[in-house]
Amino acid sequence: MTDLFQNLFLGFSVALSLTNVFYCFIGCLLGTLIGVLPGLGPLATVALLLPVTFTLGPTSALIMLAGIYYGAQYGGSTTSILVNLPGESSSVVTCLDGYQMARQGRAGPALAIAAIGSFFAGTVGVLMIVLFGPVLAGVALKFGGAENFSLMVLGLVMAVVTAHGSVVKAICMTLLGILFGLVGTDVNSGVERYTMGIAQLYDGISIVSVAIGLFGIAEIIANLELKEKREIFTDKVKGLMPTREDFKRSTGPILRGTAIGSVFGLLPGTHSIIASFASYTVEKKLSKDSDKFGTGMIEGVAGPESANNAAAQTYFIPMLTLGIPTGAMMALMLGAMMMQGITPGPQVMTKNPDLFWGLIVSMWIGNLMLVVLNLPLIGIWIKFLTIPYRFLFPGIMMFCAVGSYAMNSSAVDVYMVGAFGLLGYVLAKLDCEPAPLLLGFVLGPMMEENLRHALLVSRGDPSVLITHPISAAFLGISALSIIALIVMPRLRKQRNLMMAEAGEA
Amino acid sequence: MPMLIKAPKDFWSGMIFVAFGVGFVAVAREYPMGSALEMGAAYFPTLVGGLLAIMGVVLVGSSTVKAGEAIGHIGIRIPFLVVGALVLFGYLLDWLGLIPAIIALIFVGSAGGHEFRFWEVLIFALVVAAMAVGIFSFVLGVPLKLGPQL
Repeated sequence: MTDLFQNLFLGFSVALSLTNVFYCFIGCLLGTLIGVLPGLGPLATVALLLPVTFTLGPTSALIMLAGIYYGAQYGGSTTSILVNLPGESSSVVTCLDGYQMARQGRAGPALAIAAIGSFFAGTVGVLMIVLFGPVLAGVALKFGGAENFSLMVLGLVMAVVTAHGSVVKAICMTLLGILFGLVGTDVNSGVERYTMGIAQLYDGISIVSVAIGLFGIAEIIANLELKEKREIFTDKVKGLMPTREDFKRSTGPILRGTAIGSVFGLLPGTHSIIASFASYTVEKKLSKDSDKFGTGMIEGVAGPESANNAAAQTYFIPMLTLGIPTGAMMALMLGAMMMQGITPGPQVMTKNPDLFWGLIVSMWIGNLMLVVLNLPLIGIWIKFLTIPYRFLFPGIMMFCAVGSYAMNSSAVDVYMVGAFGLLGYVLAKLDCEPAPLLLGFVLGPMMEENLRHALLVSRGDPSVLITHPISAAFLGISALSIIALIVMPRLRKQRNLMMAEAGEA
Repeated sequence: MPMLIKAPKDFWSGMIFVAFGVGFVAVAREYPMGSALEMGAAYFPTLVGGLLAIMGVVLVGSSTVKAGEAIGHIGIRIPFLVVGALVLFGYLLDWLGLIPAIIALIFVGSAGGHEFRFWEVLIFALVVAAMAVGIFSFVLGVPLKLGPQL
């Protein structure tokens, strides 16, 4: 217990240093901004800022990137409520009732309850990391090559299971990502693989190019193909204060949403969008007037918003303690860590305690900042919503282009952005989701290293993966999840239904 | 042949995956294979590439059995302009410097949008170029060539 307080004290002393508070603030501000703006997601933003954070220390860099991520979750709710367009994919559920509330002139209370619920959930989420992080890391420290390899397989499988649509396609995307991750000099033998003689590729394809291409450029192309249609309720935001009745009705959903979100964030592969959808379903089932959901029920805003923010926090646990990214965003965070020369894994907590605890505490401080930032500044955020897309997208392209060039001062990185943008666009047309590709890309080289190590120790006997009990358990769960999804059509149907509803909302 | 393909999305994505899988395995033949005990540079890519090709074949195979949606409209103009703008940017940046590269990027990129008014785009391009110089060169101190011979 004293350890815990010592750690938290260390965290506070790191997170409250002037520089880190500043970067946390910048991160939250940028995150809210891009969360509000539809068209530029947090993934593309974090990818864009990776080269910029390169010059900061690892702690400040991660604090800022994390701020962008959860700031975007907050900002996304503003757009959902006011424009009926999710600024960020996890806020789609908020659109259902939040937008209806705005149409009835109750945008203010909807936004306030979303912010309060998110703050409460964020606080609980951070506490979860503090309590469970060290336990998990302690277990994972004992893992060898076989366990690590199998854990990565499990991580990828979970990403596949929770991806949209076809399981086979998601597996293919993961494998393709692993292959792209192998481009460059083989660390073990020094052989240059798949570089096609291009010197700029000897260090591998940059994660920045892959992420900006897949999540920035492909998105722009897709957006341009749609006609713009927005209906904004900007003048109707007055009277932020929710009524006593609103508070009374929201308390239960916030508590339940937080619980649901915390658990969903912990499970490998589940995303905050599923958490918010689950919370919405629960509230609808529990409510006496469930048929009124979708017409502006405050419960339908309070629950999902709390759930997605709690999940956004606990989402960090597997990445920080095991070094396993459970989603595209955590894959980028892992990439940022590696660019800073930190080997991800359970040893981060003991080797870089200031980074680990500083980041966690900064997330709580950031959540506090967001409440302060979002509520009074809502008027300014709304102004941003009125910027026409024809100005937004070339501006975003400029940041993508200069950002990717600046990292290595190489035009090859810009060409790579274009190539991955095109690939992402075509694959999206064929119903192949890009997130598993990025996950595979980050984990690919680590998987090769761990497999090599495991096979070296076992003298080339691949059965080591199933004779070590923990490794076998990971592989078993992976296999069962995939088989269950393929063999049980009911489960698959439910999953698709959930995804589809969440996707259409 | 088209009669056989019942799920075009599965068919074509499968073909793409087979092509990548086979491609990665084929190129890996130039690298030392090693053994399970000491994995060579080709070992892991061959394993993963092979698996990808097999999964791709599964997709192609299933596309002849299970019906699926038709592929939505795949544009030529917009992707070409957006990606073209990036390629042009990379090329011009090395040749002429940041300012001309950004102006070209904004012009070609904007041509992919719904509305294109020459003067509006020109002014916007200049504003963005000035902003970029301010942010990247002065605030962040990224060493970038701004214009020709500067």
